[in-house]
Amino acid sequence: MAGAATLALASPPALAEAIVELPLPGGPDERPITTGFPEKGALILQRTRPPLLETPFEVFDQSVFTPNDQFYVRWHWAVIPTEIDVGSFRLAVRGHVEKSLSLSLDEVLALPQAELVAVNQCSGNSRGYFQPRVPGGQWSNGAMGNARWTGVRLKDVLDRAGVKAGAVQVRFNGLDEPVVAEAPDFMKSLDVDHARDGEVMIAYAMNGKQLTLLNGFPLRLVVPGWYSTYWVKMLNDIEVRDQPDTNYWMKTGYTIPDTPHASIRPGQTDVKFVPISRMVPRSFITNIKSGDTLRAGVPTLARGIAFGGDAGVSQVEFSSDGGKSWQEAQLGTDEGKYSFRQWQIRFSLETAGNQLLMVRCTSSSGEAQPDTPNWNPAGFMRNVIEQTAVVVA
Amino acid sequence: MVRKMLPITFALALASFGTQAAHQLTLKSVNVDLPAGDRMFPDGPGADVANDNCLACHSAGMVLNQPALPKAAWEAKVDKMRNTYKAPIDDKDVDAILHYLISIKGAN
Repeated sequence: MAGAATLALASPPALAEAIVELPLPGGPDERPITTGFPEKGALILQRTRPPLLETPFEVFDQSVFTPNDQFYVRWHWAVIPTEIDVGSFRLAVRGHVEKSLSLSLDEVLALPQAELVAVNQCSGNSRGYFQPRVPGGQWSNGAMGNARWTGVRLKDVLDRAGVKAGAVQVRFNGLDEPVVAEAPDFMKSLDVDHARDGEVMIAYAMNGKQLTLLNGFPLRLVVPGWYSTYWVKMLNDIEVRDQPDTNYWMKTGYTIPDTPHASIRPGQTDVKFVPISRMVPRSFITNIKSGDTLRAGVPTLARGIAFGGDAGVSQVEFSSDGGKSWQEAQLGTDEGKYSFRQWQIRFSLETAGNQLLMVRCTSSSGEAQPDTPNWNPAGFMRNVIEQTAVVVA
Repeated sequence: MVRKMLPITFALALASFGTQAAHQLTLKSVNVDLPAGDRMFPDGPGADVANDNCLACHSAGMVLNQPALPKAAWEAKVDKMRNTYKAPIDDKDVDAILHYLISIKGAN
């Protein structure tokens, strides 16, 4: 034991230390586990630059909160400031306002504090499971995390600037930039009523600590219940607009078919695309993996996490017979409607052989996970009922 | 098959991190280094052109982790890099890049 510890200490942090296999249909399924990123522990390396780092799935079995050092990371452009001085950083609020602001971090921290627990999930989480496969970050299910976000209400900041009549949207920009200057800077917009709903936040802390740089230090937008594409990192510019935002990242990037479950047939073109927005319910078993062996006739605990998307978790159901019958699982502490909710249930399987475990979340707005996977060309919004194939022996 | 057990403790929900009060938070300046990502494309006809044109903006892993994709998908991707993301790829290099991508990640 002592020898192993010494060995571990003697090894400097390396970009690639181990390999994880993600069961993506058709592969490639191997990814390095990296500890080479600042303020970060072990993460799945999807791309080094700009960083795409995935949370290893076993992390979700350890707590309803995802630790900051294993919270997934996703950047669009490679020019990311690596040095942020808290004294000189400024947040601009400008555009269709009575008075433009340039707020220091001290001024932001002096505003009334807001706090909520919310899931941050990439639009393309689980993209690697789309069939037929689609290009993009080939995530397994770990491009998501749940944190307690602390900061200030966007509404309070906008009110200080004074939104003028006729404002329609608010656009958010961060410090990251493309390598090629002519490429479209990453910016996202919310309708002005959404921006002023009192829930959208500018966060300066996650899980009680300042944001890691890779998760958006010093400030990031928090849009509860909406996909992470709107949660702009290193937020330094807020523009109130009297015209709708037609920049690439709103008009073309991050759009979904305007169909149920954002689903179309591969190759289907007669469909309108709209900006992605709210999240949909999902649930996962976190303590049993596909391929695990369970003992016949022995009571077994299944547990995991669920979230309702843009609503709370009303019910989590579990099936140990491939979806023929469902039983209601017991829910854990309610940390708020936008949070992961833990669930668990005891079950036993009597007959030896292969079996499928399944879990289904129904949100407090009555929306349940679908039986069949959705498909769209960008690989967005997957929320099919998950299946865990086990062997009963 | 399913037995209701009363009450099962959600011990893990009691984990203390994530619940610390942030009220006294003071922010500290950050100065870090990000890994450069020095992996190159695997050898093959066109690998040098791919290395010269693609790696300025993203590391090779982005491509190497993709599934096999049809030729049309790779054409669309190269077109997006050039016309939307404004990658300065010379016309004369486009075919070599496409052939290389299809050679390593092509599908019917």
